[in-house]
Amino acid sequence: MSEIQKNPENKTVDTRPLCLSGKGVTKVFGFGETRTVAVDHVDFAFHEGEIISIVGESGSGKTTISKMLLGLISVTEGEIQFQGKPRDISSHKKKKEYWKGIQAIFQDPFSSFNMFNKIDAVLLDCINMRGGKNLPKEEKVRLMTEACSFVNLKFAELTNKYPFELSGGQMQRLMIARIFLLKPKILLADEPTSMIDACSRATILDMLLKLRDEINMTIIFITHDIGLAYYVSDSVYIMEHGKFVESGGADEVILTPKAEYTKRLISDVPKIYEEWDLSTV
Amino acid sequence: MGKIMLEVNDLKTKYVTRFHEDVYAVDGVSLKIEEGKSLGIAGESGCGKSTLALSLMGYYFAPLHYMSGDIIVDGKNISGMKPDDVRRTILGNEIAYIPQAAMNALNPTQKIIRFVEDVIHAHDPKASKKDIYDLAKQRFEVLGLPPEVLQKHAVELSGGMKQRTVIAISTILSPKVLIADEPSSALDVTSQKMVIKMMRELMEKGFIRSMIFITHELPLLYNVTDDIMVMYAGQIVERGTAKEMVFDPIHPYSKGLMGAIIVPEAGTRDQKLTAIPGTPPNLKRPPAACRFADRCKYATAECKGMAPTMKEFGEGRSYRCHYSVEHLREVYADE
Amino acid sequence: MLNTIKQVFHSPKFVTGFVIFMVMLLTIIIYPIIVTADPLEMIGNGNFFKPGTYVNTSETISAKQYTFNVDVSQASKLDRQLDDTQRTKMADWLVRFGGVDESEIDTSDSVALVELWKNNYSKDVDQTGLIAADKKYFVRLDTKIDAMLASSGIIIAQKDEEGTLSEQSTVEDNSYVNINDLQTSRTLILGTDNFGRDTLTELVSAAKNSLKIGLIAGSIATVIGLVLGLLSGYLGGIIDNIITFVTNLFTVIPSFVLLVLISYSVGQGSRGIYLVAIIIGCTSWTWTTRSVRSQVISLRNRDHVNLSKLSGHSLFRIIMTDILPYIASYVVMALILQISSGILSEAQLSMLGLGPATTESATLGLMMNWATLYSAHLNGSWWAYFPVIFTVALIAFSLNLMNTGLDQVFNPQLRD
Repeated sequence: MSEIQKNPENKTVDTRPLCLSGKGVTKVFGFGETRTVAVDHVDFAFHEGEIISIVGESGSGKTTISKMLLGLISVTEGEIQFQGKPRDISSHKKKKEYWKGIQAIFQDPFSSFNMFNKIDAVLLDCINMRGGKNLPKEEKVRLMTEACSFVNLKFAELTNKYPFELSGGQMQRLMIARIFLLKPKILLADEPTSMIDACSRATILDMLLKLRDEINMTIIFITHDIGLAYYVSDSVYIMEHGKFVESGGADEVILTPKAEYTKRLISDVPKIYEEWDLSTV
Repeated sequence: MGKIMLEVNDLKTKYVTRFHEDVYAVDGVSLKIEEGKSLGIAGESGCGKSTLALSLMGYYFAPLHYMSGDIIVDGKNISGMKPDDVRRTILGNEIAYIPQAAMNALNPTQKIIRFVEDVIHAHDPKASKKDIYDLAKQRFEVLGLPPEVLQKHAVELSGGMKQRTVIAISTILSPKVLIADEPSSALDVTSQKMVIKMMRELMEKGFIRSMIFITHELPLLYNVTDDIMVMYAGQIVERGTAKEMVFDPIHPYSKGLMGAIIVPEAGTRDQKLTAIPGTPPNLKRPPAACRFADRCKYATAECKGMAPTMKEFGEGRSYRCHYSVEHLREVYADE
Repeated sequence: MLNTIKQVFHSPKFVTGFVIFMVMLLTIIIYPIIVTADPLEMIGNGNFFKPGTYVNTSETISAKQYTFNVDVSQASKLDRQLDDTQRTKMADWLVRFGGVDESEIDTSDSVALVELWKNNYSKDVDQTGLIAADKKYFVRLDTKIDAMLASSGIIIAQKDEEGTLSEQSTVEDNSYVNINDLQTSRTLILGTDNFGRDTLTELVSAAKNSLKIGLIAGSIATVIGLVLGLLSGYLGGIIDNIITFVTNLFTVIPSFVLLVLISYSVGQGSRGIYLVAIIIGCTSWTWTTRSVRSQVISLRNRDHVNLSKLSGHSLFRIIMTDILPYIASYVVMALILQISSGILSEAQLSMLGLGPATTESATLGLMMNWATLYSAHLNGSWWAYFPVIFTVALIAFSLNLMNTGLDQVFNPQLRD
């Protein structure tokens, strides 16, 4: 990335404009004895056109933080800034506006679609959301065809079909086609490849990278697989018990980990080029 | 060459669906495992690897049906046996099986030692509780599990501990073959590593004499098993040692699988991942041609017209493709 | 969708239930078209007429007589007309009060038995231990035997103004009439009830009314339950707390007690079938609310709902398009169960005398209630209550069978 420069203290500084950032973001569930702090005063700064991975094991709070970023649940404490301004999602109208700027792909493609809606309806809804409600029919079809070809699907074969007639990989690609139509500033991908086969995984990752390259989309990639995070992302945030224990550029975090937790995570993943040390458990 | 622990010849099994359609999930699989060796089976979901695991036990119940072929465990052919006989005489002391969600199979109201007693009593009804306890305690200690676990209930144990306990219990009779179907996929990475370590110890200490390990995670297979077999649409498409399979795959499908491996190691970031387009064929009506032809970028008219057979080459390696090894290697080198 | 319906009709349980239900429904619809009489018309003067064909007596006398060549001797007449019960009762009396030895009596020989009877029976003998009804029975039996012994044939006479009788015709013992010659025969398949109403016609109309009550009560309960369940499950927070509290409150108070209290306070006069249906519906929504709520909670966090939110859809639209279709099958099953329990609740209420007003309509519960009040079960009038019980059971059975069948299709875990 040409825009990344090294500053005198030998730390990387990103000069691209901030897209989404947070200070002291906290989420507490319940109260009294059942009080749980799911996300505990985390700070982050995501830049435009960057791919950021949030890596954590189950129960680390990564799903909670993704829902807060999406504005699906409220933030208990702290502030999230969207494009340099404090995020305002106090009413349904403002939320609608915010969701034009941030969209998501979820883990399980089989539960991501309403199985009673046809594929056309899913895509048409995206066009309507972008204010294309009054476009002529041919234009709508053109847009949908374009979106489908972006993800190597043929729109003509999909019309009048239901999402559950597709394979998991195809569904996830359709999900990306939806994002392509919506063209949000930020895409939050919550374990988009964990339910699909390794062979289709490469396709999905390629398409995410293409989204970034063609539309300059910021992609927040949430995963438990540290190898995957290393492969796709520019910067990595490692999350343990609701806190970011380490963050920085992907090479920096994965190849020279400083936090104990990061070291352990990396050492617990099977390797193929180096010896996998089994004695450390 | 060591003694053959498990030999399978041209095994065919099928599922019969609710609508009385046949799904040929395992279609002519042959394999051999020597004593002290482990074999990994890799493939996409739906390729028949879990069905193969169930079929190898010889324990068939609806909707899975045996069609033809032999399963020979240490010289004894078990393929024609009745399910009840298999359960009584084979499972546990000849073949042990660990499915992915094994840890959820423990009845929460019983202490762990009761499951050990169940396993042993199934084969030796006269064994005394004291002997069983001593044996279990000794085995648990060797495998690095605290013996106190025996007196606990399943709910008191963590997921990883439960899975390791189940593995220790199912191998307590020192079976000749252990079939593990994704034993660590539902666990977090640390527990996964512990499970893998334990499986290796089982092999090293001779508690199991051979192992079949099934998973879709190739880096894991690479670190656990001696040999790797790649399965596609109910058939084996390639077999070789773990190292050869990962770094020198011959079959275009294996090549694709190996090209999609992601590990957090230096230099892997710049690799281009390979993607295999399309979906596997419907096993209700398997094509008469090469089953991978529709997704293979090297496919010719020959591939689409005639099914290739397993060809052997090198030291004990084999693959199922019309092209020669040299030709494929050249093609891969050019890319 | 079509595939699901196909699957539903492949489930043997559902199909059995559906066929039973449809047969009943068609009967309810078609029967009134054929039999147009008012189901509440009191056709009989007196209660509990036996099932059978009734013919007009005076018409049989004036109708054409057919003489059959049958043995009309006294012996054969006695043989034909004394049944087994009467013979054993006679024998019993003779042994207990007539001082006849048991060995002398042969119940199969009617002539000897009647001779013994005539020699020994007297109504003035001390009959200690016999209840008054039995004493009267034997007097009646004695008269009947006298009639049988009397000379053959009955003379029909007419009385003129002065009171002198003139013979009109004689009905011989061997004369018969053809039932087709009679204009006014009436067949009552299930007899009459305590009011003298035709039980079958009343039963069909009662089944219709009960189904109506079930349908209305079930729909009301399901609609209330669905709306509250959707709101509480999807919105969560304080609204969920309030709705759950109210639901728990209604669950803790036994709904039947509530039903009884409300029905009682409404008063006998104003209780029609619709009001009863509404009362039942308003007290039985709780479990629908609870189960819909739990279904919605598990759906609320599904990704397609999140995605719909991210698409900026309104709350109403999310509930209608992303939640409701998923629980529709479940709601249909709940509705079926509610209909069945609504019918049973009406039966329970009516048994307590808190059902709809009797004079206006018949319901299954009311029919049972009247049968009980007039001791139909004690005096052996099975036709007044057994068909009603059977109908209630059949309706509940068919509805529950359909429900189980649907459950098997929609709940993959139960599939075999």
